[in-house]
Amino acid sequence: MAEFEPKIVAFLCRWCAYAGADLAGTSRLKYPPNVVPIRVPCSGRVEPAWVVDALREGADGVLIGGCHPGDCHYVSGNYKARRRVYLLKKILPELGIEPGRVRLEWVSASEGKRFAEVVADFVAQLKALGPMKVMSDR
Amino acid sequence: MCPDGLTQHPSRATKARIGVFVCHCGHNIAGTVDVARVAEELARYPGVVYSTHYDYMCSDPGQELVKKAIKEHRLTGVVVAACSPSMHEPTFRTAAQEAGLNQYLVEIANIREHCSWVHEAGPATTDKAIRITRAVVEKVRGNHPLEPLTIGHAEKCLVIGGGIAGIQAALDVAEAGYEVLLVERSPTIGGHMAQLSETFPTLDCSQCILTPKMVEVARHPRIRLLTYSEVEEVAGFVGNYHVRIRKKPTYVDPEKCNLCGDCEEVCPVRVPSEFDRGLSQRAAIYIPFPQAVPSSYTLDAEACLGLEPLRCSECARVCEVGAIDYDMQEEIFEEDVGAIIVATGFELYPVEEMAEYGYGQVPDVIDGLEFERILSASGPTGGEVRRPSDGKVPKSVVFIQCSGSRDPELHKPYCSKICCMYTAKHALLYRHLVPDGRAYVFYIDIRAGGKGYEEFVTRAMEEDRILYLRGKVAKVFREGDKVVVWGVDTLTGKRVEVEADLVVLAQAIVPAPGVTELAQRLHMSCLDEHGFLKEAHPKLRPLETLAGGVFIAGAAQAPKDIPDTVAQASGAAAKAIALLSAPALVHPPEVAAVDEELCSGCGICAPQCPYSAITVEEVAEVNEVLCEGCGACAAACPSGAMTLRNLTDEQVLAMVRAALEAAEVASG
Ligand code: FES
Repeated sequence: MAEFEPKIVAFLCRWCAYAGADLAGTSRLKYPPNVVPIRVPCSGRVEPAWVVDALREGADGVLIGGCHPGDCHYVSGNYKARRRVYLLKKILPELGIEPGRVRLEWVSASEGKRFAEVVADFVAQLKALGPMKVMSDR
Repeated sequence: MCPDGLTQHPSRATKARIGVFVCHCGHNIAGTVDVARVAEELARYPGVVYSTHYDYMCSDPGQELVKKAIKEHRLTGVVVAACSPSMHEPTFRTAAQEAGLNQYLVEIANIREHCSWVHEAGPATTDKAIRITRAVVEKVRGNHPLEPLTIGHAEKCLVIGGGIAGIQAALDVAEAGYEVLLVERSPTIGGHMAQLSETFPTLDCSQCILTPKMVEVARHPRIRLLTYSEVEEVAGFVGNYHVRIRKKPTYVDPEKCNLCGDCEEVCPVRVPSEFDRGLSQRAAIYIPFPQAVPSSYTLDAEACLGLEPLRCSECARVCEVGAIDYDMQEEIFEEDVGAIIVATGFELYPVEEMAEYGYGQVPDVIDGLEFERILSASGPTGGEVRRPSDGKVPKSVVFIQCSGSRDPELHKPYCSKICCMYTAKHALLYRHLVPDGRAYVFYIDIRAGGKGYEEFVTRAMEEDRILYLRGKVAKVFREGDKVVVWGVDTLTGKRVEVEADLVVLAQAIVPAPGVTELAQRLHMSCLDEHGFLKEAHPKLRPLETLAGGVFIAGAAQAPKDIPDTVAQASGAAAKAIALLSAPALVHPPEVAAVDEELCSGCGICAPQCPYSAITVEEVAEVNEVLCEGCGACAAACPSGAMTLRNLTDEQVLAMVRAALEAAEVASG
């Protein structure tokens, strides 16, 4: 049987994390193709419900990428994201979801390398966790 | 090599007619992604009526291909699967607009930077490119045609604060041809720079370089100067502020006053002079300094023996030109302005806070601005260095740097930036005026970053033989007519004791009083933790604030020396001019929107907004011009009433599904 390849949805803020992912490309860094990025204006736009929906719809992991603390283009969106993800991770076990399937990472526009590393690391982490268990209501 | 576009039956879900254009980017994409297969898969995707691939989609023929397809297939949306949107999103949006398709119905699927460049050739990479493109098709399906928001604006600029920052900004804006309203709280413009003796590192006489600019302000046909005035109310938003200014009565008609000074002599009142920092006395009717602008006396109603009822009236009796008018009333000015420059400057950290340095108890412990007045040729001592207690010439002076700065435990944690330089200047000028005097400087570090600054400090140390002691002062106290300073020289580890005649504290720089209230009136939610005005972005938008059209200049933003202040003031002026000269203000339309049916008026959204763009009465309302489109409010809304235009929850969910759907399933 083929090795389990986790599917990841990544919500990337356009100013930092998305641009960091762009730089990974420009620098021709290699990382596993398991992640599909979705561009959002700011990590503060990401709703916890999106993350849960993504996991229910078949994602094995969700990555949220934002600017480093103090660098958010909209001043404080990343702090809001941090609070929301913190709470979400507390609730996930109640839904039968391992908190390790959700990752919030700060990636600046100059951190192409860091973006590639984060993805590679997350893929490895999700491989260890195994596929997302099918939710009872699906 | 333009293959025929693959067409498909109408969509199952909507009447969307989306076109997909997959770019090879030469080998850059086609080298690792099977672009033909991507186009094929997308042709089968619901809602896609046209799908093709081409060598270089961004080339002229590529753009033509897109335009032609828009017209021929009556496309309702376009997805270009190519490089990052940061490269060619504007290119394709413009092309679409030219072909009659609203630009906001065009989106880029980034299959180069996020796919072909970061993965090896193979089915997994092609599969990812398909998923990325499908997700973007879903976004386009949910997009609405939008128009950039345009608004008109007033063509006047308000400058708050008449120090060197406000003066420079006002002059620059006025020179560009715009009307300026310059509001200053005190009776004269000039600010702290007017109090300085000489300026580092060139030792220019401060007033000599400042007063011509003050006069220029007074004379400028496009600058309206309102001194003794405060901004009381600000309403509106970028380009369209309505401001209310209250001007206190000066009881002297500046047109008539000829500065003879007779009034001052007969006035029976004496109070400490603000300009001389309490080192001299002034009458109730006074002019802060001879070159004040406007050039007129002011009657300080609070110091006067009484105006209602009139208790003295000596000044009016001696005024030959009849300039004094006890019935003068305060005035209210209301104006529409397009831009606001805040240049409220600084104050020194109150020395009363420095109990350890004996200020208040020891009269010969003074702050840096008091010493400036003592050094000034027009100061209370006529330019001779004399100490406050007994008027003697001090033969030994201790200067203490970082007094209240860089002290997170007790005082301010930040570096006040200018103290190293002005202390070197103080010590040097003192040595020039009192050649047999000894000058000691206690310092933590010397920070002399700036053109000619390091050389200046070195000159003070070497040529003027000022003794720099690295260390902290533990205590300052009075003994007889001496001021004793106890410190530790951290280089030798030895205790140091200096019996001084005068101690000068280089007090920390703090924001001018009243800035907090002013910031609230301007709806600039953000002051930094120390009360300085906060810039919109610390690196990329240092002159702007989060309130659109409100710019900052000078020490109101952070401690700053004169060259930096002037440079920043000109920068802020340029920003204001750019705004005032725009034919109309254009704002991206991808902003927050409220579904009034769903909104319960709970108000959770409003405090999420860093731009104060949301007001909540019955339901939430978004000021689209203020909204920057971050979406924090939408993420926080518990009822799903708040959303972001062209990035709604439904769109994101559809994108997520598309990103996860296996390629084979969709093709089956
Ligand atoms: S813009 Fe990047 S996190 Fe807010």
